[in-house]
Amino acid sequence: MKKLLSVVFLLIPGLVMASEGGVPLDKALVDLHNMESLKNGAKSFATYCMGCHSADYMRYNRIGRDLGMTPAEVDGLITTRSESGDKTKSGQLMKIAMQPEYAKQAFGTKVPDLTVIARARGADYLYTYLRTFYIDDSRPSGMNNIAFKDVAMPHVLWELQGLQKANFKDEKDAEGNDHKVFENMEIVVPGKMSPKEYDKFVGDLVNFLVYLGEPVQTERKSMGKWVLLFLAIFGVIAYLLKKEYWKDVH
Amino acid sequence: MQSLLNWVDARFPLTKMWEEHLSKYYAPKNFNFWYFFGSLALLVLVIQILSGIFLTMHYKPDGQMAFASVEYIMRDVPYGWLIRYIHSTGATAFFLVVYLHMFRGLMYGSFKKPRELVWLFGMFIYLALMAEAFMGYLLPWGQMSYWGAQVIISLFGALPIIGDPLTLWIRGDYVVSDATLNRFFALHVIALPIVLLGLVVAHIIALHEVGSNNPDGVEIKKNKDENGIPLDGIPFHPYYTVKDIVGVIVFLFFFSIIVFFAPEGGGYMLEHANFIPSDPLKTPPHIAPVWYFTPFYAILRAVPNKLGGVMAMGAAIVVLFLLPWIDQCKVKSIRYRGLIYKINLAAFVISFLVLGYLGMQPPTPLKTLGAQFFSAIYFGFFVVLYFTSKNEKTKAVPERVTQ
Repeated sequence: MKKLLSVVFLLIPGLVMASEGGVPLDKALVDLHNMESLKNGAKSFATYCMGCHSADYMRYNRIGRDLGMTPAEVDGLITTRSESGDKTKSGQLMKIAMQPEYAKQAFGTKVPDLTVIARARGADYLYTYLRTFYIDDSRPSGMNNIAFKDVAMPHVLWELQGLQKANFKDEKDAEGNDHKVFENMEIVVPGKMSPKEYDKFVGDLVNFLVYLGEPVQTERKSMGKWVLLFLAIFGVIAYLLKKEYWKDVH
Repeated sequence: MQSLLNWVDARFPLTKMWEEHLSKYYAPKNFNFWYFFGSLALLVLVIQILSGIFLTMHYKPDGQMAFASVEYIMRDVPYGWLIRYIHSTGATAFFLVVYLHMFRGLMYGSFKKPRELVWLFGMFIYLALMAEAFMGYLLPWGQMSYWGAQVIISLFGALPIIGDPLTLWIRGDYVVSDATLNRFFALHVIALPIVLLGLVVAHIIALHEVGSNNPDGVEIKKNKDENGIPLDGIPFHPYYTVKDIVGVIVFLFFFSIIVFFAPEGGGYMLEHANFIPSDPLKTPPHIAPVWYFTPFYAILRAVPNKLGGVMAMGAAIVVLFLLPWIDQCKVKSIRYRGLIYKINLAAFVISFLVLGYLGMQPPTPLKTLGAQFFSAIYFGFFVVLYFTSKNEKTKAVPERVTQ
């Protein structure tokens, strides 16, 4: 029986093996305790992303509360107004002015909401994606992307990153077919930021997106420690109680 | 206090029920680790019902609002995130404890005479649980919810003649839509929980009628003292209530690790694609059911013909119902059964786990071949059991339970 069980448990790791295909992703440094990084990310998100992307399920003041921002800082994130012309209040959801029909005309597709994008795509993917736009004249926007081939989104951050060219090399796979494999990037037009600064910029933005996907993460983990501590103590007491009762079972 | 109790007892069998099911229900004293999972399944049922009630207060079963209402629960409802994670983790926990509970039954022959009905009620619980989980999974209304439901419902379309009208009837539309979401919500929060609760009561009443089995597979009612109390039995309360509390806490410890530190379960419990709102025009690249269905999904895909696959999948579940009649060995516990049963059961468990793994993976020719091989082993368990159990070379079963 013991042997059978050990065989069963040995097989379990096979069940949790992940299956990721596609391009190798660069590792994003996610640190939800780094408020400076999260604040930078929030500002960049409001400035560069929220022209087209909404965060429909999130409220501005929640960001302010979680990241320790002043009301003025929170206000600085808001760029939209109501139909009657009043500035959007900080307690409202982070909606955008662009209509879906317009997005369809401009980009040929819907523009996804980004509230939970980090949970759908993963931080590493977003970090890689935002750094691997390259010049491709065959595309409508003149840009293509390594992580998201033939993406409809133009390279919004090109002013910061500059424009880069992707170098590919030919490789034969196991079946003898030719493949173009991405080798490296080459900056053709320098941007306002150095590559290092840009990596940090994107890193902060992705950090914020991870926070945005699940604002409660840090609270959840710190609460979890107390719950486990309570259960551990309660467990000892319950075990002693059981032992006491079971003394008279022979 | 006593007079109040007398007053109630004269009108309602309160003390009688308490004694019948707890304080004078004599359970074998040799329950081991595997006997925690019955009470844990009951615990998870209660957790799911309670957390579900609170989710229902905030969730909107509407194709336009469902996805947003889940995120509303995650962000704006006080501790809504906790309730939601408890409920989503509870689904996985439910299947985990039920699978272990069923495995216990297979090891110690708990489905055998006189416990056939206990097993059958249990199998119906399992079936209702699968329906409950499937319908609940549609409610977050993400891509995997939507396309998972689309795929599973379309399986009914493989049935001859009634197939297409049946799928239309289930969905209430030509595709999975708001109509489907609304009815699945009704079934998930009302219909199936009522069925589940009824079946659980029947399962426990049937069990308490015949008494619990034990790791030795010895009937403790055969050896009673002068008061008619089984010599190897101890009252469920307080002995097993205090013991089960320990099990409950250990369970809650692991449960909390998932809820607080890994609620997505590495993308196997809350799938990544389910954080993208459902889109009828965009099929996700890889659709797989949640882990607890994947063994059956692998069996489905192992058969090249769609109708054949659906029938094989159905048969994989139906055959479990027949287990008390397939296994004709008089000895219950694996401790005293022949080597052939031990090997057979080990092969069955391995095939179930491997099929579960294969069901999660995108199919490749090699993996399909693997799924066919392990499906054959899965069904082979029952075939071998049917033909070998009658004349199995067993060991002598002791008269009393061993410690």
